[in-house]
Amino acid sequence: MFEPVNETEVRPHAGEGASMAAVSVRHLSLGYRDNPKALKDISFDIPERAVTAIIGASGCGKSTLLRCMNRMNDLIEGVQYSGEVILDGSNILSPGTNVTALRRRVGMVFQRPNPFPKTVFENVAYGLKLSGVASARAQEEQVEQALRAAALWDEVKDRLDDSALKLSQGQQQRLVIARALALEPQVLLLDEPASSLDPTSTFRIEELIYELKQSHTIIIVTHNMQQAARVSDCTAFMHGGQLVEFGQTETIFTFPSKRETEDYITGRYG
Amino acid sequence: MIGLSASMVSTVLLIGSGLFILLVASAGDWLFLSSEPFEAGFLDRLNDVFFAKPNVENGLTGLFPAIVGTLSLVMVMTLFVAPLGVATAIYLSEYARDTWYTKLIRISITNLAGVPAIIYGIFGLGFFVYGLGGQVDALFYADRLPSPTFGTPGLLWAALTLALVNLPVVIVAVTEGLDAVPNDLREASIALGATKSETVFKAVMPAALPSVFSGLILATARAAGEVSPLLLVGAVKFSPSLPLSSRAPFIEFEQKFMHLGFQLFDAVLFARLPPGGLGWVACIALILVLLIGVLNVTAVSLRAAVLKRQTVENPF
Repeated sequence: MFEPVNETEVRPHAGEGASMAAVSVRHLSLGYRDNPKALKDISFDIPERAVTAIIGASGCGKSTLLRCMNRMNDLIEGVQYSGEVILDGSNILSPGTNVTALRRRVGMVFQRPNPFPKTVFENVAYGLKLSGVASARAQEEQVEQALRAAALWDEVKDRLDDSALKLSQGQQQRLVIARALALEPQVLLLDEPASSLDPTSTFRIEELIYELKQSHTIIIVTHNMQQAARVSDCTAFMHGGQLVEFGQTETIFTFPSKRETEDYITGRYG
Repeated sequence: MIGLSASMVSTVLLIGSGLFILLVASAGDWLFLSSEPFEAGFLDRLNDVFFAKPNVENGLTGLFPAIVGTLSLVMVMTLFVAPLGVATAIYLSEYARDTWYTKLIRISITNLAGVPAIIYGIFGLGFFVYGLGGQVDALFYADRLPSPTFGTPGLLWAALTLALVNLPVVIVAVTEGLDAVPNDLREASIALGATKSETVFKAVMPAALPSVFSGLILATARAAGEVSPLLLVGAVKFSPSLPLSSRAPFIEFEQKFMHLGFQLFDAVLFARLPPGGLGWVACIALILVLLIGVLNVTAVSLRAAVLKRQTVENPF
């Protein structure tokens, strides 16, 4: 638990403004029955109020890494961690962590839009109600705030009582972002948030990511190299469960220091 | 494929409505035209159909008590089967780990749905009536022995037996409904800080509600028409009183009761029907079919009302 950090390993140069690390990953390894070495000894610091992209080929463990940040991997039967993920000075992987409270601080958006089959309002209010916001007035305010933050308010303000499933795919994805934002998380995890969307909707999501990074730490997993280059400040490249390279996006994309990174970025595999 | 299933549906509808018209025609023919087995004209006859005193000679009786009996039975059965079936399905689908043992349980439940109802009747007689009922009598009604109170066929045991008959149907329907809810929804809920049970009851169940209701409606309809297990656990030809009471819980659980399906069975096989008496049989059948229809319509509109409230709940 108190192992010294190995200075020779990949260390981050934090994003622009060189802010503090929002999340520190230390010697993180993870395995489960079907894949005993899904993540191998990963260490890096994710900068605060910046966008960190995790790229890599399918099955390289990038989603698994992302899901460590809010302990979604706990849902996998027989999952085993070692190492630490430090958020606000405490290791969130320790058994004593209040996992539901953690997930309110670390919001998550998935690959496919997954609104509940409820009204637009009910979707955004879902987490609020669970976290004990009971007054209708407070709910209304926070729902509106979240929808505005997700740049969806103007489109849905007259349709709050319509089923969320009637919205377009792009709107649904912004709705689930609003749903996560309603809980005012510090960190927002985006797992290929635009991979099922058309170019216009993708553009709007990327704009939104740019807006949100003023106030949130964002970690995004993406298959799309251009997207990573466009939206992120830092990029982590993963291969075979290992973190190959981590640094400022500009550096990674122009002067990658490792051969594998270059091969992947230039499209020789993946 | 769609064309085939559509033509199948229309064939079934055609045959169904044909049978229904036949029923209405024979019942109507008898109500309006013939003079047997009851006396007098249409209104009196209609009155007889529902409220005639039992006739010991030909073995016929008014159907009102049988309607009340059937409805009470279905109601009590639903009270048992709904919570038990839904809870079992939730456990199997959401909580139980996916091992060979749970697979075995799932397969067994599916198979139980195919076991003939009369087998359940025998089980009910042995387990509920003589087993449980005997124990209840020995413990709480010892002063009345040897004449049994609960240790004899009655409404409660019949309802429990029917609940067992329909339990697999409900479990299978609800489990399928829960399994059909995409995993995305569970993850979304968990990621918003919901616990396992909050996820099950606030995200998954509302999404699966239509199939939960369908399962229950299916069970109710089946229960209202099921006769064979009742022959063994409580249905009777004549009952001196309705299984209702003016005091809570308003139902006489230990009483024997009359049942439309049983009336039909008995009228065909055992009653001394006068000439033209088949109209009477048609009448019972028609009322039974209508009753099941009414039950279904009630259940379906209840489902619609609940689902509507689910999706357009308006907080403003």
